[in-house]
Amino acid sequence: MNTLAGHYSYWIAILLMVAGLTMLIARRNLLKKLIGLAILQTSVYLIYIAPGKLIGGTAPIIAPGYGVYSNPLPHVLILTAIVVGVATLALGLAIVVRVREAYGSIEEDEILALDRAGE
Amino acid sequence: MSNDLILRVIAKLLMPYMLVFALYVQFHGDFGPGGGFQAGVIAAAAVVFYAIIFGLPAGRRLVPDRVVEAMLAIGVLLYAGVGLAGLALGGNFLDYFVLDTSPVAGQLRGIFWVEAGVGLTVAGVMLKLFAMFAGRAGADKGADRNGEGG
Amino acid sequence: MEALIINALLTTMAVTVVAMALQRNLFSVVVLFGAYSFQMATVLVALDAVDVAMTEAAVGAGVSTVLLLAAMHLTGGVEAKPLHRPWLPLVLALAVGGVLAYGMQGLPAFSDPLAPIHSHVAPRYLAEAAAETGVPNIVTAVLASYRGYDTLGETVVVFTAGAGVIALLRRRRKAAKDDAR
Repeated sequence: MNTLAGHYSYWIAILLMVAGLTMLIARRNLLKKLIGLAILQTSVYLIYIAPGKLIGGTAPIIAPGYGVYSNPLPHVLILTAIVVGVATLALGLAIVVRVREAYGSIEEDEILALDRAGE
Repeated sequence: MSNDLILRVIAKLLMPYMLVFALYVQFHGDFGPGGGFQAGVIAAAAVVFYAIIFGLPAGRRLVPDRVVEAMLAIGVLLYAGVGLAGLALGGNFLDYFVLDTSPVAGQLRGIFWVEAGVGLTVAGVMLKLFAMFAGRAGADKGADRNGEGG
Repeated sequence: MEALIINALLTTMAVTVVAMALQRNLFSVVVLFGAYSFQMATVLVALDAVDVAMTEAAVGAGVSTVLLLAAMHLTGGVEAKPLHRPWLPLVLALAVGGVLAYGMQGLPAFSDPLAPIHSHVAPRYLAEAAAETGVPNIVTAVLASYRGYDTLGETVVVFTAGAGVIALLRRRRKAAKDDAR
């Protein structure tokens, strides 16, 4: 079905991805770029997990009395992805802190200008 | 923030419960949501909470830097050690069936130690990240922060 | 009813992200990021991904927000006014979004039991993991036992991030300790 209701989660995930991508490439502030990257990553989590859900099912923990479970495989992949995402964010933030101490600013155009002036 | 009586009392009351909850999430991860990652982050959050209220030097006295750095490495070594134990006992790398007398008991033992290793590394890393970023502030801001410079 | 709740939560998430993209005060952006992570965790609970929701709440709304606040404090709190209007990046991002929307037409509808994702290996895990490993939580069983090798790699990645941050931020801290003594 190509209706809006059947695909609403995909539409919202695409909107989140476009917003994150815009923040990543359009903004010049390094911190805002990193936040855009984090939003891009969370939109991917949504794209992975939404198709695994079954209405009327429950979480994939085997318990007596439940027959239908949501698909556990995307959960495993996204758990790894979340932790790797925070590792990337931490390293990126450490680099931003060092850049600020070296150049005095975290705006990309000011840093490039200082670099060119220093050559 | 260590001058505020309410914050001090609440921090000292809440911190043990947060640590116990972290252990619960770690060991109960087989039967409900949970596991190594979540437990590591909750345990680190308890110590970070203490460090925010009482100052970073007090947090460093509670969990010394050497201990945190050791936790980082020991978790990964524990995980790889379980894999090598599988090799040593005759199976493949990370084979849990050979770790105990019956296959299911071997699986349970393998999963337990592997999750413990993961929880240890994640707790150490989250704590270290906070300590690095907060300690950096003391370097160029001086002693006018909330007790981290002094 | 469930689908209605999920769609309402997704709409609030979209509103939060648009507000975040337009804000220039970085403190507001970081606080909105924390709120966005909490909304994401709630949506994940509504989608029955309870392990992932706990991890997203702890890591995304907890650790990520704390690290962003610390970095923001160390670097200054306001984004400079953009020099030119971001038309080209917006068009580029919308083009990527358009390609994704075109590809998305072929995906199965929300909560379709006949979707390919529910065949092949997932029913085998659901049927046999509890008996083979003795662990009722299928996500933990798959993460620690069936796909244990990937989790070893992930633990090494987390360790590398910690080691990298230590390498980047350590030297100045030692000098500060000597100055303060």
